[in-house]
Amino acid sequence: MKPLSTFNIIASFLGGLVLLFVVAPIVGMVLATPLSALVSTAKEPEVTGSIWLTLWVSMAATLVFAVAAIPLAYLLARRSFWGKRLVLGVIDLPVVIPHSAAGIAILGFIARDSVMGKTASIFGVSLVGTPAAIALAMAFVSLPFLINAAREGFAAVPERLEKAALNLGASPARVFFTISLPLAWKAILSGLVMMFARGMSEFGAVVIVAYHPMITPVLIFERFGAFGLKYARPVSVIFIGVCLAVFVVIRLIAKREVKDA
Amino acid sequence: MLRVDAICKSFKEFSLSGVSFSVEQGDYFMLLGPSGAGKSVVLEIIAGLIAPVSGSVYLDDVDITSEAISSRGVGLVFQDLALFPHLTVFQNIAFPLKRKGVKGEELSRRVGSLAQKLQVTHLLKRSPSTLSGGEAQRVALARTLALEPRILLLDEPLAAVDVELRAELRALLRNLNREGQTILHVTHDYEEAISLGSQVAVMADGRIAQQGTIEEVFQNPASDFVAKFSGIRNFYPVTASPLSNGNLRVATLSNSLSISFYSDDATQQGYICIPENTVSISVQKQESSQQNTFSGKVIDVFKQRFGYEVVVDVLGLHVAALITEESLAKLMLTTGTVVWVSFKATTVRFIAV
Repeated sequence: MKPLSTFNIIASFLGGLVLLFVVAPIVGMVLATPLSALVSTAKEPEVTGSIWLTLWVSMAATLVFAVAAIPLAYLLARRSFWGKRLVLGVIDLPVVIPHSAAGIAILGFIARDSVMGKTASIFGVSLVGTPAAIALAMAFVSLPFLINAAREGFAAVPERLEKAALNLGASPARVFFTISLPLAWKAILSGLVMMFARGMSEFGAVVIVAYHPMITPVLIFERFGAFGLKYARPVSVIFIGVCLAVFVVIRLIAKREVKDA
Repeated sequence: MLRVDAICKSFKEFSLSGVSFSVEQGDYFMLLGPSGAGKSVVLEIIAGLIAPVSGSVYLDDVDITSEAISSRGVGLVFQDLALFPHLTVFQNIAFPLKRKGVKGEELSRRVGSLAQKLQVTHLLKRSPSTLSGGEAQRVALARTLALEPRILLLDEPLAAVDVELRAELRALLRNLNREGQTILHVTHDYEEAISLGSQVAVMADGRIAQQGTIEEVFQNPASDFVAKFSGIRNFYPVTASPLSNGNLRVATLSNSLSISFYSDDATQQGYICIPENTVSISVQKQESSQQNTFSGKVIDVFKQRFGYEVVVDVLGLHVAALITEESLAKLMLTTGTVVWVSFKATTVRFIAV
């Protein structure tokens, strides 16, 4: 075996510290939470309801916004147009702005006196404090993950294959659905998973647009504020477990799908 | 049938300036030129993948310059083939048929028939990534033919194929053309042009240097470039004797002259090429190992970059020889001198058609 150089030893040590920094608080929290507390918390309808709400709203936000975000990613990968750099910057904006500020912006957008709020009220619907508002907040902060991953996926598809399909008589829409989309699918799927995961873990923007119904990150915050660390821990541990399980399952499904494709 | 009229297009590295040529129904048209001459760009303009700055493309007298790519009826086989990696061979060939609404049994029947014609039936379930160069080429051809193109555009179709498979693919392309498929084939290989083409246009620096039948262009190059690029002046259509044991064969020319050459290709129709620098000239007949010795009369002598080119008329056949200035002076060659022309059978190249 090759002896490690001094640089490699230092790099490994520093890397280990970083990993420890990520793992230690989570492991510490898990170890500090008694099993009995976990079991009783898992039985609470408020907890299970909030986890379910978080999962389905994030999933719905991901799927609904994907319908428009994926074609946008394709255009960004394939077309050159005036102001493209500006559009790319706008897409990354949610990553750099504080999420509480994003929540304020969305609240203004859907409030009863806004155009969207007024339109919704015509149909007797109020958006503020609804799963729809939560979905909008989640989508706002997590869309860049999907758009950027899909854009890179489309850019990696050789343009020649699309040209060949056009030459074989396919319309641009058919080329998109039969060539570009299947070939970029792996990257798109990865983007969908990232968007879903990021949406699920969002707190800052959601807490402003909808304190109720309560998604799990808001529930954890509420329990911490009202009852303290001890009562916030079991919910946190359960939610982290659920997130990890969902993440692993989706990754496995995605891996199999890409393999089949 | 296809008319390319004064096409112009500029790129960073080169530009097409006024490219014009026409391909008739049933032609096997070769667009011949060195790498970077702009041949592939011409194909992509005809297919509509690139728009020209000026000029027009006509197909059956209809201007298709601005027509959508998918409705041109022009089938292009890319140099890198562009097979769809996520589809099987069957699905690749079925791609243009599905667009036309062909389904079910009819789809299987038509894919099967094309696969049989291109000899890829055993590959239908395979993924393109598992195919050899020759197999992939056949699949790409089958897929484009499924489109039933009015003209088939081929971009260097034999470049990625092993030498052994080339003859096989050439025969396949020749048969397609004989069945009536009009073909425009881009190549940098003059042998390929001779072997397959009925018409040829030589392209250099983004323009057409010469166009005509293979014989017109190769025997009478209009410019130094065409002469140098084609690289052959002594180029004649022949009927060869059947393959014999020792592979020494006799080619009979149109003027009944017989030339000996070696070849293991059993084809009887073709062209022979005799490099100018392998032809010897003497004023008296000499006994030597050279199988081919003929008497003729010098009809032209002119300076070349290195030495002189002497053109000798042998029973109406023009044979060019490249000799040094010293030899020209020693033999005192001028127009009208009677000379002996000789060359070895091993220097004669036979190109089957």
